[in-house]
Amino acid sequence: MKKVLRFLFYTVVVGYAVITLGPFIWSIITSLKPTSELNTFAVNIKHLTLDNYKMIITKFPFLRWFINSAIVAAIVTFGNILFNSMAGYALARINFPGRNLLFMVVLALMMVPGQVVMVPTYILLSKLGWVNTYMGLTIPFLTSNFGIFLMRQFFLSLPKELEEAATIDGLSRFGIFFKIVLPLSKPALATQFIFMFTGNWNSFLWPSLLTSTDNMYTLPVGLNSFYGQYYQFWNQVMAGAILLTLPTIVIFLIFQRYFVKGISTTGLK
Amino acid sequence: MEAKMTMKKRYLYEALSGYAFALPFIASISIFLIGPLIYAFIISFKEFSFLNPEANRWVGFANYIKLFSDPTFKRALLNTTLYSLGVVPTQLIIALILALIVNSDIKGKTFFRVAYYIPTVTSTVAVSVIFLYLFKADGLVNALLAKFGIQGPTWFNDVRFALPSIMMMAIWSSVGNYMVIFLAGLQDIPSELYEAAEVDGANKFQRFFKITLPMLRPIVFFNLVMSLIGTFQVFDQAYVVSQGTGGPLDATMTVVLDIYRTGFRDFNMGYASAMAFVLFVIILILTLIQRKLFKEETY
Repeated sequence: MKKVLRFLFYTVVVGYAVITLGPFIWSIITSLKPTSELNTFAVNIKHLTLDNYKMIITKFPFLRWFINSAIVAAIVTFGNILFNSMAGYALARINFPGRNLLFMVVLALMMVPGQVVMVPTYILLSKLGWVNTYMGLTIPFLTSNFGIFLMRQFFLSLPKELEEAATIDGLSRFGIFFKIVLPLSKPALATQFIFMFTGNWNSFLWPSLLTSTDNMYTLPVGLNSFYGQYYQFWNQVMAGAILLTLPTIVIFLIFQRYFVKGISTTGLK
Repeated sequence: MEAKMTMKKRYLYEALSGYAFALPFIASISIFLIGPLIYAFIISFKEFSFLNPEANRWVGFANYIKLFSDPTFKRALLNTTLYSLGVVPTQLIIALILALIVNSDIKGKTFFRVAYYIPTVTSTVAVSVIFLYLFKADGLVNALLAKFGIQGPTWFNDVRFALPSIMMMAIWSSVGNYMVIFLAGLQDIPSELYEAAEVDGANKFQRFFKITLPMLRPIVFFNLVMSLIGTFQVFDQAYVVSQGTGGPLDATMTVVLDIYRTGFRDFNMGYASAMAFVLFVIILILTLIQRKLFKEETY
């Protein structure tokens, strides 16, 4: 009986991994198939080729879209990590008039769905001439209420003694923050990095609103438009999907060892 | 006297550094969130198009009243509600089961954690095209079903199956997120509780229902509200699958897709803002109900 239960348990464990990984494996295989073999489920290993990747990079602007996404995600992620940590630190540790009010504002704004401000933000950005520019794709997204909340909870969980000792040693607030607090915050920063990078890299609604010519598309917008025109060429569509998927998976694999720890210490629960 | 001066100076220094730390954030939300929020509220009472400013005029509550008789919006609201009702409980139950699995002593724990989480970091657009491929009429899934003698539907192109297909896809791609939060919660439960229960002779099921679930209650509520908020904002999958139309026959029309089309395809921006505020109020009410339940549960 116990053996049967164990077998069933491992069937579920492995079965769900097949469900999560299977679609990726099948799309990787498809992305390596020549077009002539698309209508068969058989895989001829000798015929597998990187031609589809070459094709989408040389004949279509996938490389440009990839670079656009990389530039935008790098700026937005860096801005969020810096500004969210700074604001979170102020809310957790520094006494200034209006602090509680500011924290209430953070909590209240976390409930506002981004779509509510879609129309006014678009109008504002077009008045500034920022539609279809890197400015428009980055500047409005440099801070996040959710990220600030995360960082505040984390800083509250850090022991105060080190900072107090540093104050006595004559370090300024900025010195304390950059030299003492941030180096202690690696799990929280790694968690924030994964959230902010993947969130921005995968973002679709805003970039499709804020870009109008295909040289400014980010990768998700580009892949969607490519799919719309060339959906019969599943091997090339899948190559595009893998290109879009790979960076977030690699980054997650690099930082994942901090991840669960980061989630529990940031009070994200 | 001098001591008082330094006290005052220190206080001033504290306050100034507080504002300096928060300044980028304050500037950003003022310009890109609070300002636009107020503006959106104002134009929701206007007939407003950005392309033709001369025609803009006040219409009072007309936009909000019109919503109640707009068949597309009603359909979008119905679809979004069905989507939420289907996705939220299913994904939380699967997430909890997976969290229990990867928190137990199985071989290859790290591998399974990573494997279960990977769909979460994947772009919704990539997931959508991958699923469109797997579930196309003559795709891999239908070929597998045919092996068991089942004739699969055309999934995303079938009026009856399009929304459930998107639901399935959303569950697949976001379960990992809730799993990790459950996992962090499970790891915070003191092991003494389980040891004591074991001494008292409690079996696995008793331990789960008497210790694990009650201790996880705040996390269940947190996940519940995050999942509700997320599902009410569904857009990407519906957009990619229907290529922005909400089809077949409005089967995948969601509230946010309707807002997007009304605001940026029909340029009916006042009306789109009214829709967005209705969505906001729905999310607000759901969150407040959750908060109230959450408070009563913990104290």
